[in-house]
Amino acid sequence: MAISGDVLRDFSPEVVGEFHVLAVDDSFVDRKVIERLLKFTSCKVTVVESGTRALQYLGLDGDTSSIGFDGVKVNMIMTDYSMPGMTGYELLKKIKQESSVFREIPVVVMSSENILTRIDSCLEEGAEEFLLKPVKLSDVKRLTDFILRGEGKQVGGKRSQKRSRSDDFVSSLSTSCSSCDLSSPSPSEISSKKSRL
Amino acid sequence: MDRNNCRRQVAAMKQSLFDQGLLDEQFIQLEELQDDANPNFVEEIVTLYYRDSSRLISNLEQTLERNPLDFNKLDTIMHQFKGSSSSIGAKKVKAESSLIREYCRTGNAEGCRKSYQQMKKEYVALRKKLENYFQLARQAGPLERACRPK
Repeated sequence: MAISGDVLRDFSPEVVGEFHVLAVDDSFVDRKVIERLLKFTSCKVTVVESGTRALQYLGLDGDTSSIGFDGVKVNMIMTDYSMPGMTGYELLKKIKQESSVFREIPVVVMSSENILTRIDSCLEEGAEEFLLKPVKLSDVKRLTDFILRGEGKQVGGKRSQKRSRSDDFVSSLSTSCSSCDLSSPSPSEISSKKSRL
Repeated sequence: MDRNNCRRQVAAMKQSLFDQGLLDEQFIQLEELQDDANPNFVEEIVTLYYRDSSRLISNLEQTLERNPLDFNKLDTIMHQFKGSSSSIGAKKVKAESSLIREYCRTGNAEGCRKSYQQMKKEYVALRKKLENYFQLARQAGPLERACRPK
């Protein structure tokens, strides 16, 4: 298990402090947890309870009077998959269909269910990452680390490379994190990543 | 020293909760998110969980009273219930929830009702145990943070 503090390197507090994450989850408890996880990592957090609210916040719901419209900068979106009304998958698709700066925002999907077809379709629609709940601090640190370093997906459009199921976690980590100093992971990290894939 | 004794008791209590299979790693994860500004985060989350899930409990009981049993509805509520239980590290409650979902999948009404009773027992018992734990932890003082049980 990664010890807190060893993943985040060389980031001045001001840079990390400006990293704004929009978290979407219909579960009250999970909203509190993700909010705390993100704040603990020094991110600015906005939490909403539905995909509809998320789109409103971003100003993508066609209503130009919404608060998000005047350029609230969001650096990452983390959304639960199973939500009533609009699922996280549907929210992901809507964001990736935007022909603007919004489609470039990394979207992370979270789910308590380890369903391979679900994971595949999210990644194919352009999700940055698919996380199994409960989300850990090490997951959040790894994500913000990647994205801050600009090693997240390249701008624009869908992923060209589908993550194959045969990729073991080491190779997938090394392709997406070329300059990260990955010392050999602890056994618990290995098993939790494998369960994700 | 009284405080050291308190801390030892807190650690022992936590160890016991883990040994009984009531809590899992997620509980430790939450404890690691506590700091000087948020020293009681876990207690707050657990309180929120019990408050929020009481609504689900009423829904569950209403649903279970109906004949025939609406398995889809039951499964949907259980999915939510299992999710939040998982988020606070309530290992046994989570396991019992999974069992109920399995019975939903196989359309076993008796199985659902029986395992619900069991789950509710665990859910109620955990609440009391955690209340005791948090009370003792507060007495022990803020240095009692994320101590990993053996």
